[in-house]
This record gives sequence, structure tokens and C-alpha cells, in this order.
Amino acid sequence: MKGGWFRGYTIFYLIFLYAPIILLPIFAFNNATTIAFPLNGFTTAWFGKLWDDPALHHALKNSLIIGCSAAVISTCLGIFASRASSRYTFPFKTPLMGLIMLPLVMPDIILAVALLTVLLGIGMPLSLFTVILGHVLVCTPFSIAILSAAFQSLDQSLEEAAYDLGETPVSAFRLVILPLVLPGIISSLLITFTISLDEFIMAFFLAGNENTLPVYIFGQFRFPQNVPVILALGTILVCLSIALLATAEYFRRRGLAKTGGKDTGGFL
Amino acid sequence: MQSKPKVRFRGSEAANGLLMISPTAIYAILLLAAPLAMIFAYSFMTDGYLKIIPHFQLCNYIGECHSYKDVNGVMTESQTYKGVWSDPLALTLMWRSLLISMVVTAVTVLLAFPVAYYVSFYVAPSKKSLWLFLITIPFWTSYLIRVFLWKVILGTGGPINFGLLELGLIQEPITWLLYNVNSVVITLAHAYAPFAILPIFVSLEKIDRSFLEAGRDLGESPFMTFWRVTLPLAMPGVISSVLIVFIPTIGDYVTPSLVGGPEGKMVANLVELNYKKLDNYPLGSALAVSSMALVMAVSLLFLFLNRRFLRGNKR
Repeated sequence: MKGGWFRGYTIFYLIFLYAPIILLPIFAFNNATTIAFPLNGFTTAWFGKLWDDPALHHALKNSLIIGCSAAVISTCLGIFASRASSRYTFPFKTPLMGLIMLPLVMPDIILAVALLTVLLGIGMPLSLFTVILGHVLVCTPFSIAILSAAFQSLDQSLEEAAYDLGETPVSAFRLVILPLVLPGIISSLLITFTISLDEFIMAFFLAGNENTLPVYIFGQFRFPQNVPVILALGTILVCLSIALLATAEYFRRRGLAKTGGKDTGGFL
Repeated sequence: MQSKPKVRFRGSEAANGLLMISPTAIYAILLLAAPLAMIFAYSFMTDGYLKIIPHFQLCNYIGECHSYKDVNGVMTESQTYKGVWSDPLALTLMWRSLLISMVVTAVTVLLAFPVAYYVSFYVAPSKKSLWLFLITIPFWTSYLIRVFLWKVILGTGGPINFGLLELGLIQEPITWLLYNVNSVVITLAHAYAPFAILPIFVSLEKIDRSFLEAGRDLGESPFMTFWRVTLPLAMPGVISSVLIVFIPTIGDYVTPSLVGGPEGKMVANLVELNYKKLDNYPLGSALAVSSMALVMAVSLLFLFLNRRFLRGNKR
């Protein structure tokens, strides 16, 4: 077998990566309040409890509002930046792109306290809106990473052909470029939504009195008797994230196939 | 009449590019560059009650500082605290965070390299993106819950202790797995794994496979071919992996809070304490600026030591 050792190692590594996700449903369906082995028996009671928790529903609603807004805004900003960086050369390109991509490597806590300082400094009250501002900052680099691949694989002669046939820059964008990068845009929307739904630090600092789902979850960890319910919630969230990511991956690949780009794999 | 250069600029590629990037760039300047500049400025100011007094001082970094409080319209000293580099607690947390992120980076990158190598060199091209997708999934799913589950896995009732007890290898549950630096390192190494794998994978993919054949044809052993051809060519990827893991790790808040216990706390916990509970923004800012400066210094040193691998990059 070619690469036998490497294959064994990689599979072992994948088990390490998936260990927490495999344990999650095991404890979510376990009929015991303490999260420990040996298991006690099967129950769906923890999932049932999710239905009658108004605080959880409120946090979920907030997270959905923030997630949708952050996904749309960051994808729009991502379209502008990735189109500009793949199509044009202009002054200050490297420093500007560097600044825009910076949140990818900056610790979230630094971004969060910096934003908090400015928002309080200009007297803006903390709300869902301030969380959206923070999440857009975090999500945009990921959107650009996804969209750059789509824009870079575009053949520029298609656009020139559209101009030659009498289209304006706007109509050429709408009729030629947009359909080709659309799968990338959908993929970006789904990924940024997933990131926002899962983002904790920004929401923890910028939400004020409001709760988002991760902030609610973090708060519940202090009460051991509530943890099984949180694990049930986590099971649902993980399934949802995997479904969203699989859809995003499907669109990303379809987009690359459409434009004839080479699949380098992965989102990053 | 319009002046000619202006017309030329308006239609030019540079103008179009700048116009196109302007929404994103303005957003980043207003909500990223300006805030970062602001905490840098705050770190030199004086702490008042619920406000910042624009009075320049260095004591948030070194020496002893006073917080002020408004008493009947007169600012009076209310509290005394030590600057970051004079406070033993802040120094302990900063050095510990630096140490933890260095160990995490080393562990993560070393463990990730063979995985990236396997996917790049042994997996069929049509299956590569499926493997990468499998590797990235855990990274995108509920960070908080993953960290919490590491607390379960390493805890006294977790699968490790349960398994060892059942096998009769231990009589008492092992307690040194959780609530210390080890547990923080394990959890962070897990959290940042895909970040390490992807850049290495990308640089391995770029290697022209005929170089390796040439190495073998000229009589090098497989190991020497790897050491003298593959690894140097993969170094740009390794370097970006190191930076992309090292820099964010130092500021991680969730992992030390949940699995760190008192001896595994990191600098982010102290930043949070100063911002949220103590309401001392200047000290919190000085702490954030100091730890970022520390990270930058180490990263630049690392880049300098590896400069020979990056030289051919601009071809």
C-alpha cells in the first residue's frame, strides 16, 4: 500500500480531530446530569428541554439576525475587495489588502477590545448592531479568501468580449461575471454565516446586555445541571454547521468547475 | 474645462482599483486600523472612573499608576496599580502565554506536516478536496462546545480515565490531565490544527514532482531527497503555518478559561478582567499592546532566522 504509514497516521490524526464531535451526541443522549462515563441510558429529554427555554430562543433569534446581516455585509465587502485585488493593480494594494486580511491572524480579543474602546469612545451604545460590526470585520477575510479563488480563475477575455459586443461595465458585470462567480458568492454567504453563528469573543465584548447563542452557551457552562441541555443544543448546531459547510463546499466546487479554475482545495 | 491628468486618473486602472476596494478598505480603516491606533493611544493615558483622562503617562507599562475618581468635580486618586512590566502577575501571564503558544505552535505544525504530506503526495487528485474538507469541518463547528468537550475528555470521568480504570492500568483517576498548562496546550493544538495543515498543503502542492525524481536519479535516498528538496521547498508553507497558529494562540480566551484552571490562565483572561470587571481601559490596553509587541518581536525573529527559505519567493 502506497504511503501506508502516512495513511495510518492521518487516520489516527482525524480521530483526534473528531474526538470531541464524536463524544458530543453520546453525552447529549445520555440519561445523566453528570457528563462522565460510564453511560447511564438513552434519553431524548435534553432535546425536549430546548423547547421551553425563552432565554435560549431569544439568543437564537439574536444570533440569526447577526449571522444573516454579517454574512450579507461581509460578502458584499468581500466581492469589492477580491474583485479589486484580482482585476486591478493600484497604489497601496499590498498594505490595504494586508490590513483587510489582518483579522485572520489577529487574536480576536485584541480586535474586540479595540472596537469596544472606539464604540464607547464615540458614545455608541452596545447592541446587536455593534456585534454585527465586529463580525463583519472577522468574516470579511474569509469571504475574500473564498471569492478570490473565484475571481482569479475568471478569464478576462470574457469580459472584454462583452465590452466589444457593446455592454457597459455594469451590464458586463451583471451578465457575464456575476453568473460565473455566483457559486463562490453563495459559498461565501454560507461560510460567513457559519463563522458568525459560532463567534464568541466579539459578541462577549460587544453585545452589551444582549445574548447571542455562544454567549448564552458560555454562561450556561457555570451551571453543571444545565450542561446536558447545552450538549443537546451543540449536537444540533454541529449538524447544522456541517450541513451548511457541505452546501458551501458543493457551491465552491461547482463555481470552480464553471470558470475552469484549478481546485487547490479547502477554504483557506 | 477639466484638466487632463484628472481625466486620465479617473478612467485609469489605478483609480478603478482604488474605487473598487474603497468600501472594504474604508471599513477596515475605520473599524480596524483606527481602533488599534486608539488602544495604542489609550495605553499611555490615565484611568478615570468610567472615562479616560487624556494625560500622557508611561506608568501603564512600567512603574506605579493611579486611577482617578470624580469627587465633587475634583479628580482625586482612588486606586494604585502596577504597570504591565512592573506587575509580577501580568509578567507571569505574558511569559506563560508566550510559552504556551510556542509549544502549541511547535506541536501543531509538527503533527500537521505528515497529514499535509499524505494528502498532497499520496491521495488521488480527485479525492484531495474531500480530505481537506474532512480536515476543516471540526474547525468550523462550535468552538466553545469543542473546548468544553476537551474538559470532559481530560477530566476524571472522561474516556481516557474511564478506559485506563477499566483496563486496570490505574487505580485512581489521573488528575494532572486537566486544569493546567498541558490541557491548554492539547486543546489549542486541536483547535488550530487545520490552520497549520492548509498552508503546508498548499506549498507542497506547488512542488514540481520532477525535482524529486531528479533527486532520486542522482542517487539520493528517499530521506535525503525529502530533507534536501521537499522540505526546503515546503518551508514557506511551514513558516506561514507557524505564524498563523502562533499569533492568534497567544490571545486565546476560551481555552484557558474553560480548561486552564488557575495555573493555566493566560494574558487574555487578564485583558478581559481589566476591560470588563475592573474598568481599567488604559491598563488593559497596555497589556494588549505589550503582548502583541511580544508576539511581533518573536515572529520577526522567527522570520529573520528563516529568511533564506523566503528569498526565492518573489520569483
